[in-house]
Amino acid sequence: MLRIIPLVLAVGTMASTGALAQDVKVGVVLPLTGGLAPVGKQVQAGIKMYMDKNGASVAGKKIDLIIKDDAGSADNSKRLAQELIVNDKVAIIGSALTPSAMAIGPLSTQGKTANVVMVSGTSGVINPNNPYMVRTSFTLGQQSGIIAEWAAKNGSKKVAIVQSDWAPGAEATKVFTDAFTKAGGEIVETIKVPLANPDFAPFLQRARDANPDTLFVFVPAGQAGTFAKQFTERGLDKAGIKLIGPGDIVDDNDLPGMGDAVLGVVTADIYSAYHNSPANKDYVAAFKKANGYRPNFISLGGYDGMHLIYEALKKTQGKTDAESLINAMKGTKWESPRGPISIDPETRDIVQNVYIGKVEKVDGELYNVEFATFEAVKDPLKKK
Amino acid sequence: MLTILFDGIAYGMLLFVLACGLSVTLGLMNFVNLAHGAFAMAGGYITLVLVNRAGLPFFAGLAVAFLITALIGVLFERTLYVHVYGKSHLDQVLFTIGLVFMSVAAVDYVMGSQQVFIRIPGALQGRFEIFGVGVGRYRLLIIVTCGLLTLALQLILSSTRFGSRLRASVDDARVARGLGINVNAVFSLTFAVGSGLAGLGGALGAEILGLDPTFPLKYMVYFLIVVTVGGTSSITGPFAASLLIGIADVAGKYYAPKFGAFVIYTIMIIVLILRPQGLFARAASK
Repeated sequence: MLRIIPLVLAVGTMASTGALAQDVKVGVVLPLTGGLAPVGKQVQAGIKMYMDKNGASVAGKKIDLIIKDDAGSADNSKRLAQELIVNDKVAIIGSALTPSAMAIGPLSTQGKTANVVMVSGTSGVINPNNPYMVRTSFTLGQQSGIIAEWAAKNGSKKVAIVQSDWAPGAEATKVFTDAFTKAGGEIVETIKVPLANPDFAPFLQRARDANPDTLFVFVPAGQAGTFAKQFTERGLDKAGIKLIGPGDIVDDNDLPGMGDAVLGVVTADIYSAYHNSPANKDYVAAFKKANGYRPNFISLGGYDGMHLIYEALKKTQGKTDAESLINAMKGTKWESPRGPISIDPETRDIVQNVYIGKVEKVDGELYNVEFATFEAVKDPLKKK
Repeated sequence: MLTILFDGIAYGMLLFVLACGLSVTLGLMNFVNLAHGAFAMAGGYITLVLVNRAGLPFFAGLAVAFLITALIGVLFERTLYVHVYGKSHLDQVLFTIGLVFMSVAAVDYVMGSQQVFIRIPGALQGRFEIFGVGVGRYRLLIIVTCGLLTLALQLILSSTRFGSRLRASVDDARVARGLGINVNAVFSLTFAVGSGLAGLGGALGAEILGLDPTFPLKYMVYFLIVVTVGGTSSITGPFAASLLIGIADVAGKYYAPKFGAFVIYTIMIIVLILRPQGLFARAASK
């Protein structure tokens, strides 16, 4: 009797792998609980939106989506990604924020699994050492370089920088400083703020005392509202100082609650829920209906990430080895709700339009209204 | 310079209102309540709903937030906390940290995870100058409110019948019972006031600290530092500690932004090396 058991197990395993041959497993590791939950939820909603709209099958294969919650901690992401690659044998893995994407990167290389980065904005996440990674989010450099150019052309001469002290913040500052000084401007003060910071008062006072005409700020989206409020409370707006930054600080997830203090903030963004295109109007309407809140730029990382996976599978006609998938992804161009985007065949990083937008009140709600476009911007830190 | 001092005082006062409830439960009732921040968050969200959605005036919102949070405090104290009073501190920590996680998830579910702001009246926005010192109106309000509250608390504790009953219950609950003091009722009321103050602090602080479901976790460390540095014997200790930390934090971040984040921890370490019991510790302990 006991001898039969392994046999039964073997048959069972064969049967199940047989059934799965038609499926393509896509594993995505997201923070769905904890402080970063809003990020994970936006990505998840973006992915679900795409699959609801385009069906769960592509190139004759059914997409089997597995979402894992890493609660925002990178060692969890690593463990979960390993389980997805080794146990679930996923064909494609999706990763989220910088620490988590950095942790998963080497695994996807060793396991030869295609890896789509859907949230991270740090340039170095997509690098030559990890050849199976592509990005559908953005890089902070894309936005920071453009806002520097724009500010220099529009009357800013002396800029003070307030930056959250972590990798993306440092990158934003570096790109901004380079581009702005090249355009003839001057950086009068760079202030690094601890990532967990309750009160911006001292930093804002210091920035004010440096007498800049413009303040460039990069803080995590959740803190941007507090920052803008204290900016006006301290009277920096009345002192004639303009507030600019990358689009993260007017994240559509938080923007409706930020209050009138953010009116007039100018940012370089890759997406605004108010982006004027038919594709985006449909996207926003469907997203709001399904989730009850606005999509933000992060949701697009998930939505476009799924699109890229679908397109690649169509091109490979269902072949799922990392080599073919990544080759198929390189150079893919499409019209996303955020505008035209593509995957740079050389760097595997995203190329997209960057928009200059200003926060305005539309029908009683705050929106980031775009008024200028810089087309097909590449990551400036990868330019040679 | 004076502007920095002013901002520091305002920040310190805010920390005091948020943390004094904790110092009361920890110091007077000898109960570790890490869920204290959850009451602060509750106060913030209650004010938000009342002011932004129901259109109540801001100050009425603050008062109601205090009352409702105090009520929630009593409810929790009577139904849940009462079972862990006698348990070890580890049990209390585990129990209350569990409550924190539940509150975070519950608020996230009901209110959403995004950062929210309470609409404050226009008269409280902006700032004005007195003798060249920039004074934020809202920060001035915080200083005045919290200053009055501190005075009131100190008076109640030191010179009312309730204050002496509370001190008696804390010193020796058994003897206090023997003397006919209803210790349970005294503790309930104290807990309620402590929670209510946290709620008020959360509502007042939303403008400066921001408000989102992870509030209790984000600020837990600050509350605990205030209580540790201040000592837990009276409310003078935490008050002095709050001011010290508030001013040092703001000034440190202004003059040396690179080390700004370490200033409060450095102060905590120095104070604890010199006075392990906190600035104003009770001489004899049980």
